[in-house]
Amino acid sequence: MSTSISPTRTTHENVKRHKPLARRVGSFGLSLLTWALTAGFFFPIAWMVFTAFKTERDAATMPPTFLADFTLENFSKVFDRGFAIYLTNSVSASVVSTIIVMVLAVPAAYGLSVRPIKRSTDVLFFFISTKFLPIAAAVIPIYMLLQAAGALDNITALSILYVGMNLPLAVWMMRSFLIEVPTEIIEAAQVDGARFRTELLRIVVPIVAPGIAAAALICFIFAWNEYFLANLLTSTIARTTPPFLGSFVSGRGQFLAALSAAATLAVLPVIIAGWVAQKRLVRGLAMGAIK
Amino acid sequence: MITQVPFLVTIYYSFREWNLLRPGEQRFVGFDNYANVLGSGVFLSSLWATVLIVGVSVAVAVVFGMALALLLDRRFIGQGLARTLLITPFLMMPAAAALVWKWALLDSNVGMVNWAFSLVGISPVAWNTDHPIVTIMIVLIWQYTPFMMLLLLAGLQSQPGDVLEAAAVDGAGPVRTFLYMTIPHLRQYVELAVLLGAILLLQVFDPVAIMTRGTGGTKTLSYLLYERAFVGLEIGEAAAYGVLSVIVTIIVAMVALRTLFKVFKTEGTR
Repeated sequence: MSTSISPTRTTHENVKRHKPLARRVGSFGLSLLTWALTAGFFFPIAWMVFTAFKTERDAATMPPTFLADFTLENFSKVFDRGFAIYLTNSVSASVVSTIIVMVLAVPAAYGLSVRPIKRSTDVLFFFISTKFLPIAAAVIPIYMLLQAAGALDNITALSILYVGMNLPLAVWMMRSFLIEVPTEIIEAAQVDGARFRTELLRIVVPIVAPGIAAAALICFIFAWNEYFLANLLTSTIARTTPPFLGSFVSGRGQFLAALSAAATLAVLPVIIAGWVAQKRLVRGLAMGAIK
Repeated sequence: MITQVPFLVTIYYSFREWNLLRPGEQRFVGFDNYANVLGSGVFLSSLWATVLIVGVSVAVAVVFGMALALLLDRRFIGQGLARTLLITPFLMMPAAAALVWKWALLDSNVGMVNWAFSLVGISPVAWNTDHPIVTIMIVLIWQYTPFMMLLLLAGLQSQPGDVLEAAAVDGAGPVRTFLYMTIPHLRQYVELAVLLGAILLLQVFDPVAIMTRGTGGTKTLSYLLYERAFVGLEIGEAAAYGVLSVIVTIIVAMVALRTLFKVFKTEGTR
C-alpha cells in the first residue's frame, strides 16, 4: 500500500486546468478555511511560546497583551528550580530506552516477518495485546517490586519500564516495514552465502533505515511525554520533566509566564524532532496502525 | 511481559484485604473487594465518566480529523506548512497541554477562550469549576484530532490515482467520487481510527490528574485506581478496580483485534 504523503495525483487535475470562476472562488474559500482551522489548532502552542517571553505581570492581564516586553527571566527562574536535572533525566530515560527498544525490536521483527516461524501471528497478537492492557492495572505490583528492590526514584528502573512499554509497538511497526522489503533481495543475499548477521546488518537494515528512524522517533516521543509512571515511581533524584510540569498545578501567585517557559522547553525537543521527520513519522504511524 | 506478569499479581492482590497503613493485617478475602467496589457505586459512575469522555472525544476527534484530512488532501498554498502546524498538538507533551489549556486558555479570569468569547459578547464561563468534563474533552480532542487526521490522510492518499482518474474520465463529479469511492475506501481507516483512539483514551490519566483531579464527573477508571492505591492506600480494592478496568478494555480490544485481523488478512502476510 502506498502511503506516500506528497500528492502524486496531479495528472487528472492538469486535464482541467481552466476551472470556471465559481470553482476557483470555492477553492480559494476552502484554502482559507483550512488556514483558519490550522491557525486555531496551532494557537495554544503559539500562545504558550509567546507567554514564555512575557513578564508575569503582562502574562496575567485581561485583556491580554499582544505587544509585551520581551524577557528571558522566566527561563532562568525555571532553571533555578532545578529544571536542568529533570531535563537530563528525561533525556536519559527516553534516549536509553529508545536505543534498547530498537536493538531488540529490529531482530525480533525480522524474525517475525522475513523468516516467519510457526504461529508468528500469535506472537504478534501477544505483542499488540500488551498495548491494550491499561498500565494502571499493572502499576501496583511494579511499585511494590521497585520498593522492595530499593529502585524507586531510579532512572534506570524507569528506563527499563519504558523499554517494556514501547517494545511491542516498535516490533509491530518494524514488522510492517520489513514485510515491504522484496524477498528477492534477501534470497539473493542468502544465495551469495550471507550469514544471518551480515544479511540483517548489511542488507535489511539499510533498506528499512527510514522505518527504523520512524519507529525510534515514536518510541522517543512516548517515553519523553510519559507522565503516569514517572509521576508515581520517581520523586526527587530521578524526576523527569512531565511530573515536574505537573507540580505547577498548584500554582500560587503569579506563575503563568514561568509555567509557559517550562512547558515550552519541555515540548520543544519532541516538536522539533517531529517536524524534521514528519514524513517518516506520518508513514510510521500510519503503517504501525494499519498493517 | 512488563505489563502482563504484574497484571497476574494484580489479580492476586485483588482477592486480599490490604491497606498500606495496616500492613500487618493482610488476609485473603475472596470476592469481598469486588463486592465492595461494585456495590459502592463509585465504579459505575467512574465507568460512565470513562465511557462519556472517551466516546465523545473520539467521535469529535474523528469528525474533525476527517474534515482536516479532506481539506489537506487538496493543493493549496502552504500545504506542507499547514500540515506541519496541524500535527503539532499530537506531539505536545500531554502534561504540558493540560497545564497550558487549564491556566492560559480556559482559566476563568485570564484565559484566552473567555477573552475571545467577550469579543463576541458571550459572558465568561468558569470552565474548570462549572464544566470539568468539557475541559478534559477539549484537551483530548485537541490532542487526538491530529492523530485521526494523519491516519485518515494516509487513507485518502492511498487511493489508487488511476482509479480516480478513470472515474473523472467517466464523468463522475467530485461528490459522487467521494460518496461511492472515497468513503468505502476510507471505511477501514475510520474503523481503525475509532478503535485505536478508544484504546489509547481508555487509559487517559494526565489531563484528569492535572486539570480536575477527578472532580465533577471526570473520575476515569485509571484515575480512580490511582486514587484508591496511592492516596487511599487500599491495595486490595485498587487491584479489584484494576482487574475490572482491564475487563472493560478487553471488551473494546476484542472488537479492535477482530478488525485488525481483518485488515491483516486482506493486506496479506508473507
